[in-house]
Amino acid sequence: MIRIGIPSALFYYVYYPMWKVFFEELGAQVVSSGKTTKKLLDNGVREALADACVPVKVFFGHAIALKDKVDYLFIPRIVCLNNKTVYCPKFLGLPDMVRYGLENMPPIIDVRIDTRTRRNALFKAFYSVGKLLNAKSLKIFKAYVKARMAQLRFQKILRRGFQPLEAIDIIFNHKKIKPVTGDGRLNFAIVGYPYTIHDQYISVDIIGKLRRMGINVVTVDNLHPLLLKLQRYKLGKRLFWTFTDRTLRAAYYFAGRKDIDGIIHVTAFGCGPDSILDKFIQINNGSNKIPFMSLTIDEHSGEAGLGTRLEAFVDMVKRKKRSEQ
Amino acid sequence: MMRKVTFPHMGESYRTFKMLLNDLGNEVVLPPRPSRKTLNLGVQYAPEFACFPLKILMGTYLETIEKGANVLVTSGGVGPCRAGLYAELHKRILHDMGHPVEMIVFEPPRLYPLNFIRNVYKLNPKRLSIKSIIECIKRAWRKLQALDNAEKATHVVRPRELTPGTTTKTYKKVLEWIDAAYTMDEIIEAEKAALEEIYKIPQDPERLVLKVGIVGEIYVLLEPASNLEIEETLGNLGVEVERSMFLTGWTRDNTWKETVEGMTVKDAAMPYLPELIGGHGRDSIGNTVLYAKRNFDGVIQLAPFTCIPEIVAKTILTSVSRDYNIPVLTFFLDEQTGKAGMTTRLEAFVDLMKRKKLLRKTGKILRPASAL
Repeated sequence: MIRIGIPSALFYYVYYPMWKVFFEELGAQVVSSGKTTKKLLDNGVREALADACVPVKVFFGHAIALKDKVDYLFIPRIVCLNNKTVYCPKFLGLPDMVRYGLENMPPIIDVRIDTRTRRNALFKAFYSVGKLLNAKSLKIFKAYVKARMAQLRFQKILRRGFQPLEAIDIIFNHKKIKPVTGDGRLNFAIVGYPYTIHDQYISVDIIGKLRRMGINVVTVDNLHPLLLKLQRYKLGKRLFWTFTDRTLRAAYYFAGRKDIDGIIHVTAFGCGPDSILDKFIQINNGSNKIPFMSLTIDEHSGEAGLGTRLEAFVDMVKRKKRSEQ
Repeated sequence: MMRKVTFPHMGESYRTFKMLLNDLGNEVVLPPRPSRKTLNLGVQYAPEFACFPLKILMGTYLETIEKGANVLVTSGGVGPCRAGLYAELHKRILHDMGHPVEMIVFEPPRLYPLNFIRNVYKLNPKRLSIKSIIECIKRAWRKLQALDNAEKATHVVRPRELTPGTTTKTYKKVLEWIDAAYTMDEIIEAEKAALEEIYKIPQDPERLVLKVGIVGEIYVLLEPASNLEIEETLGNLGVEVERSMFLTGWTRDNTWKETVEGMTVKDAAMPYLPELIGGHGRDSIGNTVLYAKRNFDGVIQLAPFTCIPEIVAKTILTSVSRDYNIPVLTFFLDEQTGKAGMTTRLEAFVDLMKRKKLLRKTGKILRPASAL
């Protein structure tokens, strides 16, 4: 059986169910690298360029962890999926960075997906991957349909208020998890990229920490794509990058919602697009008078430091709320 | 209110833009050369992780606004490099600070022809005819070429000069000649005189001169204040530099002539990076390959700190360097970069290349002292 490795970083939090179902339908075994650990991150930090952002270093670590366990690494070159925005340059060069930046890697499946250049680009990309694994056309088509269904189910679970890792657990491990919500609690929105917020190691489990403090958390991933699409931001120009565009829209959306008590922007140290995004969110929230905090994380983020800042922020919001009542 | 126009400072190009904007009837506030003060202003108001060019531009805008500028002319872009959004970000920040400036952003004319026409119209208070506008632009373009050619000449002459410092002095002098030239004939004549003057500098033909290609992000390549005059430093160390980028276009003629296969930069980068990642990431890789094929002694990559395309390029360049056996040195520049540190690294790099070159020539390993 062919073993396909999918590193549990970057796109993992967005497209893993679709990819996993697709490969398994074709009879391949999918191996993912699991949760980020200290050792894994250290490996990534050692191999990746110092100036790269943490998520990329984490990705390198996950790729190294899979090195001897798989026959192929699946690192698609996702350029554009919505005809409008592209992904961050680091995503565009990701397969090349892994191929030329790391030694002794297994062959990389780096199919290019760009919906601007051809129709049905997504299906065609999957088709060529299927052909690479010597599958028959009909089988590929069936696997593709099933994969899309799995992705729809994944998104549906996300919209019920679960976070990506919980949703993956629900789908593949059939776990029963109760959504953590409650009335009369504070509601915080966490905006930022799925691969920084939901990686519990590098984000120092910010979601879990807030929930333990008795706060309901919603993230960008819980919003309906259409809702985001309709959300306007008064900018002369669309932001170029899909995740950044999505985050800015979400930040504007959350700022307009009456029941959100605070917004936290989680960003990685040295993130290029975020340098622009953060300023825009800051200017907007300043005029909307919503408590806002920007948290920068990197490979040195410590449990205590982040915890203290979160507690201070929560206390501040609580006091503000009391004084308004 | 009187409109006063300004634009980003990029090497010596301001001489041309000043002429062009004046011709169209604008009052121009000249952007000062980026200095410590520019940087301090920029760093104070720009986002922390914004790249170096954004901070310099932010500082430049604030300095020129102080002098009364209220119309900022700059370039846009369509991504995925974030420089395309900088005009928008600058505008937001400046408005937020209470400076009601007008931003005129030039997008790529081929994609947005209407934007181009509208912008030219806005910058043409004299209401010149289309024909004379085209004439003005042609003249400006020629002047830009003259400035670039003079700069290229200094790159060749500086490492060979007999008395250190003559080239820089001469260059400053001839820049004024080109600056003063106005009509097409005058510009051509000034350029000719300038080149003659530079090549007339007494040179040492015996000297061992290394050839180094410079690749990287456009702003830090073109603005000497942002790269701490790296080309001058290298010239003084006996290195002839060839920059992969000039405002008037690529050094395409050279690359076509000297490589055997007649490769373009894109072709050369293709095996390593088949995707356009924005900025000049792919060009950095392609140019490094071409420099290696042309037997250069080394390549220096210049990039602003946190520049994503160049980080991707740098990761891949380690492989290029190994495959083609060419040393590559990368500088990530920001407001913290110090000249002394940079010079030390450059000296070490030059020593390394000299040894390598001599080893190849004579088959003997020489001590660096005798290599000089």
